[in-house]
Amino acid sequence: MNLKDKQVTLHDMSLRDGMHAKRHQISLDQMVDIATGLDDAGMPLIEVTHGDGLGGTSVNYGFPAHSDEEYLTAVIPKMKNAKVSALLLPGIATVDHLRMAKDLGVSTIRVATHCTEADVAEQHIGLAAKLGMDTVGFLMMAHMASPEKILEQAKLMESYGANCIYCTDSAGYMLPDEVSQKIGLLRAELNPSTEIGFHGHHNMGMAIANSLSAVEAGAIRIDGSVAGLGAGAGNTPLEVFVAVLDRMGAKHGIDLYKIMDVAEDLVVPIMDQPIRVDRDALTLGYAGVYSSFLLFAQRASAKYGVTARDILVELGRRGTVGGQEDMIEDLALTMAKEKGLL
Amino acid sequence: MSKKLKAVIIGPGNIGTDLLIKMFRSQWIEPVWMVGIDPESDGLKRAREMGIKTTSDGVDGMLSHVVEDDIRIAFDATSAYVHAENSRKLNELGVIMIDLTPAAIGPFCVPPVNLKDQTKNLEMNVNMVTCGGQATIPMVAAVSQVQDVEYGEIIATVSSRSAGPGTRKNIDEFTRTTASAIEKVGGADKGKAIIIINPAEPPLIMRDTVHCLTKETPNQAAITESIHAMIKEVQKYVPGYRLVNGPVFDGNRVSVFLEVEGLGDYLPKYSGNLDIMTAAGLRTAEMFAEEAYNDNIRLPERA
Repeated sequence: MNLKDKQVTLHDMSLRDGMHAKRHQISLDQMVDIATGLDDAGMPLIEVTHGDGLGGTSVNYGFPAHSDEEYLTAVIPKMKNAKVSALLLPGIATVDHLRMAKDLGVSTIRVATHCTEADVAEQHIGLAAKLGMDTVGFLMMAHMASPEKILEQAKLMESYGANCIYCTDSAGYMLPDEVSQKIGLLRAELNPSTEIGFHGHHNMGMAIANSLSAVEAGAIRIDGSVAGLGAGAGNTPLEVFVAVLDRMGAKHGIDLYKIMDVAEDLVVPIMDQPIRVDRDALTLGYAGVYSSFLLFAQRASAKYGVTARDILVELGRRGTVGGQEDMIEDLALTMAKEKGLL
Repeated sequence: MSKKLKAVIIGPGNIGTDLLIKMFRSQWIEPVWMVGIDPESDGLKRAREMGIKTTSDGVDGMLSHVVEDDIRIAFDATSAYVHAENSRKLNELGVIMIDLTPAAIGPFCVPPVNLKDQTKNLEMNVNMVTCGGQATIPMVAAVSQVQDVEYGEIIATVSSRSAGPGTRKNIDEFTRTTASAIEKVGGADKGKAIIIINPAEPPLIMRDTVHCLTKETPNQAAITESIHAMIKEVQKYVPGYRLVNGPVFDGNRVSVFLEVEGLGDYLPKYSGNLDIMTAAGLRTAEMFAEEAYNDNIRLPERA
């Protein structure tokens, strides 16, 4: 694989996807420290919100330690060069949240839908583009649709005003060939001025390999997370990815030693549990299940006596999509009843 | 006077057609007109084949027949954008408007919770909230009738096939309108609504989760009884409304997991989200008819 002199824009997820792994309890000081460290290491873009994006605060997804407003207000003024992005899932957040984020200085809005349901994002993408924001369409659970379907949905988002489209492996299910195929088709068929991005999870141990395939196939933005702090087995660990890109001669603009130190000194110490491919995270990838279901399934398992693995496999079989966290307790109750445990 | 009130349906799409089929079974409401804007539309053709008068000139195409045909009830299944005008024109002629769009000009109506208030006051425009609202607000109310609910949250999951272009284009209307009705009708101090669209095949039956956070420790026995009683009330007009799990009590959290299967009249059974809207709309109209027949309300005078 030849990535020499390829330009790659890295985007850190530790303070958004990492919120899942922290049950949305990252403190304001921790957020500011990590964001400042990343800024200093040269990270161009850092995402900050509840794990489920703006307005994610809920019984269903978890109440965060602080509101989106508090996190954004704390982090944004401290950034010297880095820009801050916010995630928005239509059906959870509205354009009111988008305007709030814009007013607080968020420069990039990422509007996320299930990979076959892009048309629910028209209002939000349209407004973000109109407000002059860097507007990203984020197609989640992209392993669940064909490359042609992903392209069709990407074109919808592009037509609403998105200047960048992501192929998002929310379940950490994809293998490198699938990434190449999907990113390659998007690169070939979307507007040349539309950027392509890839967001991976490490549930099958493929996050680095998949991200490299994405770059080779034409993606310019790659999401990752310092120390991998993210849902499931985490996101593409950025310090590792930066080292790999260095060896391959790709251009990323990050100081390797500084990002290593952020990972080791600031992020690893705040982890509640090791972020690794344990059997439950592996099941997410293997069964194609939304990565943030992990801790919910483990809690339901502890409460109702059904294994997290059995719950996750059944969720995959039923074709659940991102955001359906409420299915987990419901299903655990049903499975426990069937086993005579309740 | 015949006990049945005569009705017009505006919008010959999936909702309007399903409503029409349900109305043929009603003891209280008689469908007379179907209003569309496209003379070639399948919905208008279907209505004509079922013996209903049709116009493709919008509401204006039937206004001159309102009095001679004694139309008393209108159902608007179009969009929030045109609803206000439709409602104004028909209200002027003394027609009660049942609003199935997210316009929400009139008060919210969730039949087992507050239908009696709306009919007693002869509200000339009542809004049916949203599909997610119809499916979940009865549960929030069942808890808040027992004790104070500080926070009510609902998650409605509908199949991709049952989420029409109107819902998709205005998904923010769903979350806002539903959240507002969780407070105003459900009785929660603060409401939150989440909608998920799932494309699985075969399509999943509408699912709803309701979480309430009570102010004081929940009275488990009273809440459980109230929830079961409320489910029976909803089942009177949506037989496929089912409690799957719960109520689960966890600290001050009360959670209920539901499934809503439709009758499969015109819409497929999995689209319980659409069925519960048409059934609730018709139930509302029937209550106006019953109250008028029993002389509890007086319909607007006509010469």
